[in-house]
Amino acid sequence: MSYEVIGITVLWTFLYGYLIVASIDFGAGFFSYYSTITKKNHLINKVIVRYLSPVWEVTNVFLVFFFIGIVGFFPSTAYYYGTTLLIPGSIAIVLLAIRGSYYAFHHYGEKGNNFYQALYGATGLLIPASLSVVLTISEGGFIYKYEDSVWLDYGALFTSFYSWAVVILALVSVLYISAYFLAYYAKTAQDEKAFDVLRKYALNWSLPTILASVLVFFALSDHNPEHFDKMLELSWMFSLSFLFFLGAVYLMWKKKHLGVAFILVMLQFATAFFGYGASHMPYLLYPYLTIYDGFTNEAMAVALITAFIAGLCLLIPSLYLLMRLFLFDNKYVQGKK
Amino acid sequence: MFEYDPVFLSRILTGITLAVHVIFATVGVGVPLMIALAEWMGIKRNDEHYRLLARRWARGFVITVAIGVVTGTAIGLQLSLLWPNFMQMAGHVISLPLFMETFAFFFEAIFLGIYLYTWDRFKKKIYHFFILIPVALGAMASGFFITTVNGFMNAPRGFDLENGVLTNIRPLEAMFNPATPTKVAHVLSSAYLTTAFVLAAIAAFAILRGKDHVYHKKALHLTMTAAAIFAISTAIIGDFSGKYLAKYQPEKLAAAEWHFETSTEAPLILGGVLQENNEVKYALEIPYALSILAHGTPDAEVIGLEEFPEEELPPLIVHYFFDLMVGIGMFLAFVSILYVLFAKVRKWNEWNKPLLWAIVAGGPLSLLAIEMGWFFAELGRQPWLLVGYMTVEQGATTSEHVDLMIVLFVLLYIVLCTTCATVLRKMFKNNPVEKELHDRGME
Repeated sequence: MSYEVIGITVLWTFLYGYLIVASIDFGAGFFSYYSTITKKNHLINKVIVRYLSPVWEVTNVFLVFFFIGIVGFFPSTAYYYGTTLLIPGSIAIVLLAIRGSYYAFHHYGEKGNNFYQALYGATGLLIPASLSVVLTISEGGFIYKYEDSVWLDYGALFTSFYSWAVVILALVSVLYISAYFLAYYAKTAQDEKAFDVLRKYALNWSLPTILASVLVFFALSDHNPEHFDKMLELSWMFSLSFLFFLGAVYLMWKKKHLGVAFILVMLQFATAFFGYGASHMPYLLYPYLTIYDGFTNEAMAVALITAFIAGLCLLIPSLYLLMRLFLFDNKYVQGKK
Repeated sequence: MFEYDPVFLSRILTGITLAVHVIFATVGVGVPLMIALAEWMGIKRNDEHYRLLARRWARGFVITVAIGVVTGTAIGLQLSLLWPNFMQMAGHVISLPLFMETFAFFFEAIFLGIYLYTWDRFKKKIYHFFILIPVALGAMASGFFITTVNGFMNAPRGFDLENGVLTNIRPLEAMFNPATPTKVAHVLSSAYLTTAFVLAAIAAFAILRGKDHVYHKKALHLTMTAAAIFAISTAIIGDFSGKYLAKYQPEKLAAAEWHFETSTEAPLILGGVLQENNEVKYALEIPYALSILAHGTPDAEVIGLEEFPEEELPPLIVHYFFDLMVGIGMFLAFVSILYVLFAKVRKWNEWNKPLLWAIVAGGPLSLLAIEMGWFFAELGRQPWLLVGYMTVEQGATTSEHVDLMIVLFVLLYIVLCTTCATVLRKMFKNNPVEKELHDRGME
């Protein structure tokens, strides 16, 4: 494997990690708020709070890791995306900032402040919508280059069918992934009432998820036919993804093996996400930037990959400890600790 | 009306974000160490007061960490959004420490999460203390890595420039550039000093308001002792920083000192007003002091501003930033050493009102010194973004709407800081020490 491919694989894996943990986090924030206004919060809030509190900060780091990493491995991305994404990027920062800090204010500071809760519940849905814009833009057709300047065509972006399809998929997936995880967590906590509510959420969001995915496929075939053709070559990955989806829904329906059901959800998104990513190669930005012409020098690539491996040696045991103590410690999950 | 100037506006926005972030970042580096000290004392002396101290500090800390995280994310993204050309170049040379900083923070975040939720989960109390070590180390490492990047901007190393193309890149040399040792040491030591003073100010204020529980006195003693140690180390490191500047960035030192003509036996100028013909009025001059600061001997030659082309000179206002930083540093050292002395001598009362008020003043003053230090560091580097290679003008975005983004972020920071202050106030007001001591059955 070339350094370029290793680099993008590492980054894409972290983005996938962010997709999963952030979805759980964003969705949980939304469900927590939604259940408060529908007066079901006494059923599921405890589950959500127990899961979210120890891990919220970790989620954010996945994202920071991705955008610092991509500038490290592919410095030219800073030029193209940095110059053009000032407004959407700033809006995403503001949303992330509000969410992160009001989460802390709500949980460590003033418990039960509805306004704070509403803020992080709402931002949880707006953040994925605003971040998904970056993936949309990478398909080309929105960024233009003329001599030494690049700019983003907002008119095209806001009127594009494809960009709205991606936003819908982002929102729906967040709720879907989150509901599956929380349902599993509630079951482990032996909180049957919370489980019933969350299972309903999970099943309700299953069909919309698959419909939104189909919509994105359809929109992409129109927006970027070249990329779409390459996706068809990898159609086995997307078919596999669909099978994982069916398995997850089946298990949730039958209320069996919910841990496995959640793993299937993760696999469903892994296959689709990596299938999308692989077919996107070698472009980082259609048609201006590929992983080969935007790549850093060899010395830096070796240094970054070494740092990455060393970092993982430190992080994996720590993450394992975190999970042992909070996610998979049944006594903790059940609220006995 | 004003003409739209993305370079100037990008500087303003970056400056605002950093001014907010640096407060929370400083506290973020310093507080874990102070919590560790308190918990360690609590376990070693089997004194629940110290453990409660650690607990309460940790509780407030999470709130400030949250703002530190989000403003840190903001600056991380703004680097690419506002300085895309700089990041494109820097990405080739200095992205290693940026990348490692996220790892350090990752590490810290994981263990902070564990620490907060495991106060009574281990049979042996010392295990809980062990969990804090990676938090403090992670915070320190974050400060280290990010400061090396700032060092690189001041003393770029680790690459060759051939016909506008970067070649022969050496990431480690870039990271361990000549500015790194003094800068990192200064940032860490002053962060610990500032945090100790902020926490001491809280304790001193409680005592001044008539709270006479021994808990507050223990808190004051612990923080002021730590402050005295870090004040001394900061002063020593400050001296090294002066020598670094004299050798590698003489124009920065000369601007800080309004030192116009190269001369030996140079005096240190405090305060003053600059006249039209570069004459300094109303200033306090300490003879030989600048020569000593720069080279360690009173007769050493210090390079003056005259030796640099005018368009490469930093703004002379940095003199005031520098003086304020140093002045406050001296004040903090004086107050903390005085406290330690008063505490040592039995006949003297370390809780006398003037001393306590001086400590209270030291809290906000130390934060001001941090701001001044960074303003000096950043403005003193002007017009360069990467000294000798890239000016801020070349590094900035050409994008429109930076002005609008300034409004957006100023609003954001106002909201975040106000809520942070309110939440912290309520948190400690609704649950005062005396009440918590009682509730936990320690009284």
